[in-house]
This record gives sequence, structure tokens and C-alpha cells, in this order.
Amino acid sequence: MHLYTARRRPAILAGLAIASVALLTACGTTSTPSGSGGAPDKLGTMEGSVSILAWPGYVEDGSNDPTVDWVTAFEDQTGCKVTSKSYGTSDEAFTLMKTGDYDVVAASGDASLRLVAAGDVAPVNTDLLKNYAGIFDFLKMQSWNSVDGVSYGIPHGYGANLLMYNTDTFTTPPTSWDVVFDKGSAYAGKVTAYDSPIYIADAAVYLMAHSPELGIKNPYALDTTQLAAAVDLLKGQRANVGEYWSDYLKEIQAFETGDSVVGTTWQVIQNSVTTGNTDVVLPEEGTTGWSDTWMISSQAKSPNCAYAWLDYIASPEANAQATAYFGEAPSSQAACDFRDDCESYHAGDEAYASQIWYWSTPIAKCLDGRTDVECTDYSAWTTAWQEIKG
Amino acid sequence: MRLSRIARVTLGTVAGVILALVYLPLMVVLVNSFSTSTNLTWPPPGFTLEWWGRAFRNAGALEAIATSTQVAVVATAISLLLGTLVSLALQRHSFFGRDAVSLLVILPIALPGIVTGIALNNAFRTILDVRLGLLTIIVAHATFCIVTVFNNVVARLRRMGTSLEEASADLGAGVWTTFRLVTFPQLRSALLAGGLLAFALSFDEIIVTTFTAGSGVTTLPIWILDNLFRPNQAPIVNVIAVVLVLVSIVPIYFAQRLAGAEQLQK
Amino acid sequence: MPRAVVPRPRETTARKLSVFLSKHARVRLALLLSAPLFWLGLVYIAALAALLVTALWTVDSFTGKISQTWTLDNIVTVLSGSLYQAVTLRTVGVALLVTLIDVLVALPIAFYMAKVASPRAQRLLVIAVLMPLWASYLVKAYAWRSVLSQGGIFEWLVKPFGGESPGYGLPATIITLSYLWLPYVILPIYAGLERVPNSLLEASSDLGAKTGRTLRSIMLPMLWPAIIAGSIFSFSLSLGDYITVNIVGGANQLLGNLVFTNVGAANNLPLAAAIALIPIAIMIVYLTAARRTGALDNL
Repeated sequence: MHLYTARRRPAILAGLAIASVALLTACGTTSTPSGSGGAPDKLGTMEGSVSILAWPGYVEDGSNDPTVDWVTAFEDQTGCKVTSKSYGTSDEAFTLMKTGDYDVVAASGDASLRLVAAGDVAPVNTDLLKNYAGIFDFLKMQSWNSVDGVSYGIPHGYGANLLMYNTDTFTTPPTSWDVVFDKGSAYAGKVTAYDSPIYIADAAVYLMAHSPELGIKNPYALDTTQLAAAVDLLKGQRANVGEYWSDYLKEIQAFETGDSVVGTTWQVIQNSVTTGNTDVVLPEEGTTGWSDTWMISSQAKSPNCAYAWLDYIASPEANAQATAYFGEAPSSQAACDFRDDCESYHAGDEAYASQIWYWSTPIAKCLDGRTDVECTDYSAWTTAWQEIKG
Repeated sequence: MRLSRIARVTLGTVAGVILALVYLPLMVVLVNSFSTSTNLTWPPPGFTLEWWGRAFRNAGALEAIATSTQVAVVATAISLLLGTLVSLALQRHSFFGRDAVSLLVILPIALPGIVTGIALNNAFRTILDVRLGLLTIIVAHATFCIVTVFNNVVARLRRMGTSLEEASADLGAGVWTTFRLVTFPQLRSALLAGGLLAFALSFDEIIVTTFTAGSGVTTLPIWILDNLFRPNQAPIVNVIAVVLVLVSIVPIYFAQRLAGAEQLQK
Repeated sequence: MPRAVVPRPRETTARKLSVFLSKHARVRLALLLSAPLFWLGLVYIAALAALLVTALWTVDSFTGKISQTWTLDNIVTVLSGSLYQAVTLRTVGVALLVTLIDVLVALPIAFYMAKVASPRAQRLLVIAVLMPLWASYLVKAYAWRSVLSQGGIFEWLVKPFGGESPGYGLPATIITLSYLWLPYVILPIYAGLERVPNSLLEASSDLGAKTGRTLRSIMLPMLWPAIIAGSIFSFSLSLGDYITVNIVGGANQLLGNLVFTNVGAANNLPLAAAIALIPIAIMIVYLTAARRTGALDNL
């Protein structure tokens, strides 16, 4: 269900055909509060409070579970009282940031560029964040958290969409996504897939390897022919799908009962399956994934507390707590000292991370740089997805 | 019509089986609230009281219950007022467009929640330009709760007839006095029944709420939605559901007693 | 009784207003109606109209904002797309089956409650029927997911009789929705049965009618509006549902999902509004048909 999807995975709900890249080119510069330099050079005194906008589960103060609390320690350390709001979709975050009520936002690949383009977030001087140095290099200065060499935030956590399988059904572990696509009929009614238009990108990743003649270079940049090929593949898959999932409780239950035996998953889901007869693999074709960014509002009323939060949430212990609770890899190696499950998330494994196509919102201007053709945007993907489901 | 003994027993058995089926999923909920599995796996792998303990210390849940109660109380109050007014108008007067008005009252509940939800969301944000929050949920809930009050009150007014009210007026009582001393006392149990349903409807509404709640306000159903997808929280949700069912006996019981007492008086 | 017995009320403003109101029924009516009509008209009808107008606009794919250029594209898409036809048929089918099941289940239990049970048992039964309403919708839907799963209670119950669980899919959706809306159907039917006087039924049997005949010729015509009233709830609630089908519906989608995805994920309110016209049209047809039976007075 997309509601759940929304609450859990920002990137996909992008919805708006944002055209952030196009906007960026058009606008040239973005407005920032701190004058010509953009980011501040040094920090002042703490303002005493900070307002944070984030996905549910990112800012936990113990009110939902007394043992899950990394906000209180921050308040004690800095004297900045945290008020937080969780949002449901990237669109909602985008709208809420316009109110100027929030100092800090946790944004996903798509929303982040949109926020930059609209001038709602300010460049971040990473020199002021002592924990920035420890963050994995492969997450820094990427297309979703920087523009023209200017950093707009710090990475939070990341993860990959993996292939989970039931080890009773698969005596030899699968190595390719073909078990859910071309060979899916062997598991008819027990295949599961992620319930979102962005799942089309997973099919595109598969086609990149198996149908090179289509010329797909980036799974988020599909022209009409390429999209049609992906849709055909997914329509074929639909016949074998028992159910689509989007909230992880649903998939955990389905694998525990045996209602599903193979399909796309997150590492945290496999870790939560208690029956012990599942395993995951990152198939040879590569896969899709996500990476989120903490950003600071250009209208921040408490920029110092905001910087303090960015630094704090990147600190090994806090980052470990937050990413462990959410079920993703942390942003630094040091965080792994505070987590015992880093290995299962392949944290810091650059070779592993390089196989991930991080979620971005498909837009009409092809993300792979092609200019001779118009790509299909998210709204076209949504229509296609509904037709796939039938 | 006199039912034979066999017919009575058969009916009783059928009713019993239906009730058993109605309570089967609730039993699953009850059992899962004691289960050691955080994923609601069936059959439960073990027994624990952990969730019950944690549920009562869960600030988020208690806050959500408070928010939902607040919304439901205010929405019910508004719908009691508006529902009574519109019932009096429709049942005590005849006028052009009467059918249209009764359709208008029913429409918010008869149209699918998602339609009501996106219509109100669109109106609040783009036309009225108000921030979504507690107030917008209350307005939305009151809108579709009017009908439950309306149904109960209209049915009661129809059964009451107008003779008592006319007698009151003939004896010189004014419009207010007649309403206060004659009409209202007779409506009381209908208002209670309608209000109770309105409260229940508002308390458990999720679809319209999703679209009118904005991001800062968490009603209980939204909290449940969020927490079914936080790690290790699903059993706590079951505890809350069990508690709600048990607590709900109190108001339903009193409403029933009041209605029963009134029936005896007649 | 001499009129002088009644003390002459004081001539307060309230009293004057009261006299005025009792003489002017139209003013009284206007006062009664103004608040509810203002509320429903302003809040609901205006919102609904604004939504329907949106169906005639488009979303600018560059800015994501709604651009107010008039077009019938969305309506044409919805009317001509085979996807929308298939999903509409599926949704209406599900809603009708849910309604049918609910009415068939509600009739015997409501009849037992109203005409067989002792007053005390009657009161307890009403409580028993109302109580499940308070266990959250989501919790109940997830409970059914558990009941219907492989190795779940349903399978365990029907296995001795050679049955098996339907698994997740449309049958599971129909079962779960029927369950969720059952109390809303039982209550009006129960209330309708209570209104059928026992004396009438006894008279029928005194005049020689058999039980079946009495049920058919006396009970059913009087109960019909109440049945329709209950069916409005189950039909309309099923028509707009998108959460249950996600939890137990396997890979299927209903109209509600299409609307939801277009608003929530694709940010395409105009198309969502155009799709929303389908359930609106269906409900208006349903309500118009229901009004003829007098059911709207019996909700």
C-alpha cells in the first residue's frame, strides 16, 4: 500500500514530476539566507530549540518505545530542545518546508534536489561538522546531496533492495533476478514484489543485463520503448505474483507462513523473519536502493542547533541507533562499533554499494544525459504500474 | 406467527455461530497480544506479558488515544447539534427540497471515504488555505457523523408524533419550553445512541483522517498504522485494540440500560 | 379546564421571539436548517464540487502544480481505459457480494435478537454486536490476514472437511470486508425488525398464515427499507476501500487503490478526481434506487 510505502520509503513517492535538474539549470543559483557565501563559516551560540521534519522512525524520543531514544541525549548535550514532525510523502515534506517552520529536514534523493532547486534548503559547510570526516566517501557529494560541487547536507543511511528466497524451496541459492522474472512461473502464486511504480526500475535493471539491445543506461531514465519493455516483463511477472508488498510486516508474515517464497526485500525484513528458512542475495544484475540526506532550511530560526543536530545524528552512536531502528546501513564505519548487525547490511562495502542504483524520480529530461529523446516521467510510471497490476 | 421450538433453536444456533465467527478474529488479536512473536506469527511461539506492560507506558499511544478522544468528542458534539437541527427541520416541516436535504445529509457517509478524503483535503489546502491539523479532522469527522445522529433522531421523532408537542403549545408553552421539557426528554436515548455511533465512527476512521490530518496530528488509527510498521510494535497495537474493546463495553452498556429503562416506562 | 389556570408568561424578549417563531413556521424552518445546510453546503458540497472541477484540469508535468486549462482528457482516459473498466467491474462485484453476504448473515442474527431473545439477552446481544466496532479496523484486517494465511486458523478449521484456505486474493477481501461492515448492517435491520409489531405477526398467523408466508408477506415488505439502508453502508464502504485489499487482497487492486495511487504517489489530483467520478456515479444511482424504497428514512 502506498500509504505505507510513503511512510517508509521516501524516494519513491516523489510523485511530482519535479524536473529538479532542469530547474537547477534554469535557476542557476539558489537563494540562501546567509548571504553570498551560502553556508556559514563558524557557529554561534545554541538557540535552545530545533525543529525537525523527518520520516517516522528517524527522530525517536522514547515516546513510542522508552528504549528507542536518541533525542534525549542530544538535548542534554546541546541544550537544544527538539520538536519533531514526521511526514508521509516527499510531496508533503516539500510543502511543509515552504512554511519555514522547520530547521532541519531528512530528505530523500528526489525531494532533496527539489528542495535545493526551490531555495528551501541552504548549502551546508561540512567543515563545521566534525563527524562528516568519518562518513563513507562513496556517499559524499553525490548527485542527490550536492549541486555543482556544493554540499547540501550529510548522508544518513542507505540500503539495497535484495532478493529474498525460501531455503526450503531453493536448495541452490539463486544468483539472478530471473527467478522472479523469466523463471518466475516455477513459483507461481508465491512470488512477491514491491508495490510501487518505482519497482519498474528493478525490471529495468534486469533488462540492462539481459536485453542490452534496449540500450538502458540508467534504470530511472527510460524512453517509451524501454518503459514498454519493462512493463511487458512486469506484466509477465504479474501472473506469478501472490501479493505485492509495501509494508514490511506484511512481507515478514508472508515469508514466515510460506505464502511467499521468493521476491524483492530489504535486509531488515530478512533479519526479522524468525522461521530461519530464508536468505538474501544481491543478484548478479545489480539492484536498486536508497540513500537519505539531512538538510538545513534556508529560513532556519535555529541554524546553530540545526548544525548541532546534523553533527549529532552523524555521530557514530546516534547514527548507529537511528539506522539500526530503521533497518539500513549506517553512514560511517565508526557507527558499526555500536551495532552488531553492520555485516548483514554490508555497511561500508564499497563494491557492494556500487551495485546499487539509488532511487531517483524519473523525469522527462533523461537522467542518463540523453538529449535526443524524452524520457518517461513518474506519472507515466504510475499509470504503467496500475496497468501492470490490472 | 409463532415460531416452533425447532425454529427457535435453529435460529439461536445460527446466531451463536455467527457471533462465534465475529469473535474469532478478535480472539486472534487477544492471543497475539500475549505472543512472543513481534510479527504476529500464528500459532504464537510463546507467552509474554511484555506488550501489556509496554503498552501502558507507551506515551505515543496514550497521546494518540487522547487526540482521538478529543476529535471524537468535539465531532460528536457538532454532529449532535447539526443532526438534531436537521432532523427537526425534516420531520416537523414539509418544504420544497426536503428530499435533497436528506440526501445531502447521507452523502458524506454514502460516498466512499477516499472521495470525501481527497475532496476535503483539496478544499482545505487550495481553497480555504488552512493548515491541516486537529481542526480539519474535526470538521471532516463531524461532516460524516451527522448522519448517524440524524437517523436515530428522525426515527424517534417519527415515532413520537406531534401530539405531545401540540398539547404543550396549546397549554401556552413557548417553542423553547416545549423543546426543553417535551421534545428533548423523549429524544434523549436516540441522541445517546446516535452520539455513540458517531463517536465510534470518528474514533476508528482512518481513510478520511489520513487526508485531513496533516503531519503533526496523530489520531489512534494513524498511530496504529505507523506502529504496525515500526519494528517490534505490532503486538502493542493488539494490546491497545483489546483494551479499547473492553473499555467500549461501558458506554454501550449504559446506552443500552437507558434505552431499556425508557422502554419499560412506556 | 379554564384557561385562566395557566399563568400568563412574562413578556420577555425570548418569549416574544418564541411567539413569533410559533406563528411563523417558515422562519423556524430557516433557523433549523441554516446551520446544517451552511455546514454541509460549505464544507462538503463546495469541496466535492471543487474536486469534480479539478477533473477537468491537468497537472503541469514540469512544476507539478495543477494547471487550470480545461480539458476532457482525464474523463476520456477514465471512460475509455480498459484498466478502469476492469477495475470498476471488479470493485462493484466485490461490493455487491460483500453486501449480499452481510445481509444474509445479518438477517438471522437480527431476527433472533429482535424476536426470539429475552429482553436481557437482547441487550447483551446488542453489546456483543457493537463491541467489535471498537477494535481498530486495521487490527481486524491484520487479524484476518493471520486467520487466512497458510497454516492459519481458517485452514485448520476447514481441513477436516476437506476445505482449504482461499489464500490472499479477492475471496479473502470479500470475507474481510463483510466482517468489517457486518455491525453496520445488523443494526439497521435489527432496528427495522423491532419496529414490526409482534401483534401484526400474531394476527397473520391467527388468520392462518404459515411462518414462511408471514415472513414473506408481512415481515419482508416492512423490513425491506431497513435492509436497503444497511446495504448502503456495506456497499459504499466496500466501494471506497483500499486498505483491506492491500492487506489480504493479494495482487489485486480496487477503485480506491487507483484513486489513492494517483493522489498519494503520482500527485495527479485531476486524474484521481476523474476516477473518483466512477464511485460517485455508482453511489448516486444506488441512492436514487434506494430512495424509491423509502430506505433513506431508515438508515
